[in-house]
Amino acid sequence: MAFLDKKSKQAFTDPLSVNNPITLQVLGICSALAVTVKMDTAVVMSLAVIAVLSISNTLIALLRNLIPGKVRIIVQLSIIASLVIITDQVLKAYMYDISKQLSVFVGLIITNCIVMGRAEAFAMQNTPGKSFLDGLGNGLGYGGILIVVSFFRELFGSGTLYGYQVIPDSFYEAGYENMGLMVLSPGAFVILGLIVWVHRISADIEEE
Amino acid sequence: MEHYISLATKAMFVENILLAYFLGMCSFLAISKRIDTSIGLGFAVVFVLTITAPANWAIHHYLLQEGALAWAGFPEVDLSFLNFIIFIAVIAAMVQLVEMILDRFSPTLYHNLGIFLPLIAVNCAILGGSLFLVEREYTLLESTIFGFGSGMGWFLAIVSMASIRHRLRYSNVPRKLRGLGITMLLTGLLSMAFMAFSGIDL
Repeated sequence: MAFLDKKSKQAFTDPLSVNNPITLQVLGICSALAVTVKMDTAVVMSLAVIAVLSISNTLIALLRNLIPGKVRIIVQLSIIASLVIITDQVLKAYMYDISKQLSVFVGLIITNCIVMGRAEAFAMQNTPGKSFLDGLGNGLGYGGILIVVSFFRELFGSGTLYGYQVIPDSFYEAGYENMGLMVLSPGAFVILGLIVWVHRISADIEEE
Repeated sequence: MEHYISLATKAMFVENILLAYFLGMCSFLAISKRIDTSIGLGFAVVFVLTITAPANWAIHHYLLQEGALAWAGFPEVDLSFLNFIIFIAVIAAMVQLVEMILDRFSPTLYHNLGIFLPLIAVNCAILGGSLFLVEREYTLLESTIFGFGSGMGWFLAIVSMASIRHRLRYSNVPRKLRGLGITMLLTGLLSMAFMAFSGIDL
């Protein structure tokens, strides 16, 4: 990517690999896990977060010199909330079934720490272009984890992937059973814990 | 009466807002390192949820719901798309208000909760509580009880987690699993334990 200087590129690629928002920065887990029972909801949720995060980062970076320091939180919150309302309305208009399944969790993107966190930590100090890339990178890093978690939960919990059956009937006839625990909330916690472990081994990170 | 008790226990144990709906995870993971701070934050969450749930119910019911503005002569107006932004504004304002009232009338409690109150405005559990009561069409009393029950559930979860993590200091956890990894696995176990309540119906 020749048109990007090194720093912008870093803003985009860092959160995808080492500095992942979920596994390292511990942000945005709130609404991440409840939608990971099935892959289709996880994918839609990731797209919603990517859209909100990159647009809010860009807008806040554009306004960063106009926002008075004392009221910045409320300004950021209202920008984010407006974007989430637009996302919610779009989902209701074009993907009604999935928006019903996501229920309150689209609204909870507002309080998703990752959106506020990036606005505060990155967009307030950087140019709109870089902030957009940072938002996109973090959104993708977040969505990636969401999709990995939902992949395992759907595969083991329902024997399907994206709604299509992947475990053949002969397995079930031979006595294989779906793991009910994966569909329930503990499955998400355990899978995420294991992902964090694997990520930290591969990235060689330790925490005291 | 039984209906309300059952609603409260359901919000507290069976459908624990943290362990079953994953709300409020960020502050749960960050704060549960110490028992005393978890107790402080837990109380603050109970307090704010119990206040914001009925407040947001009233706003939704009398201002934003479809047909709610009939008293003002606009029976066809549906402002429910404004729910998100108004709820978060109400929560932020309430947190500010609670902070000022506590500062004036109970300086000790203010001192104890002080640092945690501002954090609560962006706790997913609070906004989640308000969004759930709209989705489930609770009445005013039900919303208040649901708010209180969810807050107590969150309190229980964070205090038990802090106690577990306190004991964890003496155990030999694999080095790369320390911190977030082991906390997530423990939360999974805790959430399994809470699932044992699911058969109980008052």
